[in-house]
Amino acid sequence: MTELTGYLRADGRKGIRNRVAVAYLVECAHHVAREIAWPRRDEAHVIGFPGCFPNAYAQGMMERLCTHPNVGAVLLVSLGCESFNRFQLESVIRASGRPVETLVIQRSGGTAATIARGQAWVEATLAELSTQKRVPMEVSELVVGTVCGGSDGTSGISGNPAAGRAFDRLVEAGAACIFEETGELIGCEEIMATRAVTPELAGILRGSVAKAARYYATLGFGSFAAGNADGGLTTIEEKSLGAYAKSGQSRISGLIKPGDIPPKGGLYLMDVVPDGEVRFGFPNISDNAEIVEMMASGAHMTLFVTGRGSVVGSALAPVIKIAANPEMYRRLSADMDVNAGRIIEGTASVDEIGQEIYDLVLAAAAGRQTASEAMGHAEFILTYKSFEPIGPACLPV
Amino acid sequence: MSETDPRLLLLSPDDNVLVARAPIAAGEPIRVEGLELPAATAFSLGHKLARRPIRAGEAIVKYGAVIGTATADIPQGAHVHTHNVRSNYTATHTLEEARTAYEAAREVGKT
Repeated sequence: MTELTGYLRADGRKGIRNRVAVAYLVECAHHVAREIAWPRRDEAHVIGFPGCFPNAYAQGMMERLCTHPNVGAVLLVSLGCESFNRFQLESVIRASGRPVETLVIQRSGGTAATIARGQAWVEATLAELSTQKRVPMEVSELVVGTVCGGSDGTSGISGNPAAGRAFDRLVEAGAACIFEETGELIGCEEIMATRAVTPELAGILRGSVAKAARYYATLGFGSFAAGNADGGLTTIEEKSLGAYAKSGQSRISGLIKPGDIPPKGGLYLMDVVPDGEVRFGFPNISDNAEIVEMMASGAHMTLFVTGRGSVVGSALAPVIKIAANPEMYRRLSADMDVNAGRIIEGTASVDEIGQEIYDLVLAAAAGRQTASEAMGHAEFILTYKSFEPIGPACLPV
Repeated sequence: MSETDPRLLLLSPDDNVLVARAPIAAGEPIRVEGLELPAATAFSLGHKLARRPIRAGEAIVKYGAVIGTATADIPQGAHVHTHNVRSNYTATHTLEEARTAYEAAREVGKT
């Protein structure tokens, strides 16, 4: 049995990593942030928001991400004239007890001088973080998300059901598990609703999928990429049924939106489709946008099932790569943590792979590097959205 | 002898499609619900074929749930995919046309 330990934060949550976040507050500061983090890129991860127009969702997401349990300290990189409210962001981070510094490029002597100051800050801060001790942590303190990307006809019969088994084990142990992309649950709304803990929540789950169906219909494309069809998936509802298997068999405890922290252990659906009329374009423009939203809700790590072969990881929170397709696993094995393709080949059962994933979650939480971490993957993307807050029926007590 | 090829996976008893759990070459003999026939096309891993004849307008059922509607009559053992199935929600986007045009242009360039 792996002994879990974590970094205790002032809000009581515990982190499984102790990263410095280097956050750009507009695309114009992205290069400087990247250069600052580069020499220590394994421990200093670049996150940020590219837009120059204010957006409450992006503000809230950045506040959640900069106070994520895996983050030990934050360096904010501002150009100086963008609309992002850096004053509020810095105050929120400071109130969380984390070291924080804001560098404003226009006032710090431009690119080279800001990079030099930033790199010095990162060095000094990492040295300070390295003295922090890990404290014992329970499985019930973990928050784990799941996503599938580059899905194909194997995802729904191997990797996704196996991830679902791991989710069942985690929920049983008291952890909070998050599944999402309501646009990829189109066609599953009725079966999913039967798992809600209350009839009101069942209605809310159905409503979230109906909203996604309307939203994507307006945009003219479902959450379905060309490669999904190459891999044998024919329609969005077929992809959905496969994706749905990631959620396992547990009762669904609640519906959250990006940035809402699950109040206790259990299984939660994250509603990722914006509220109101369609604006700002596609809800999540690529897989990492989904990972970022689950991180904002406190996910310590993400189970990522892939059939075609996605290679991404994530800034701040490790990603466990589960290969659904045995042929792809052979081509990309260095990028994968688990070969669920063995289920298709008949050499392992769904239960066995589910157990392997569960064990790997504990090992990664205890500090073991995942494949994408070892290769330096630290992708991040955040775009414009707008949400209404959730109502009390979304989180029945 | 089993009614259906072990390389073909039935996910739910109500399904009218089977899933290839191994790649199958075009012309290779396959057995579908007691019917022996040569594979009409190549089947890549994860692709579907008709478990029994399916009529245009009929629901396609996989995992015991409806995944779309047949847009043409589909003979038993035939490939079930975007050319003969449509979504009941949003149309499926593929790069098939772009790829075919690109490959044709590259062929012309070679000669």
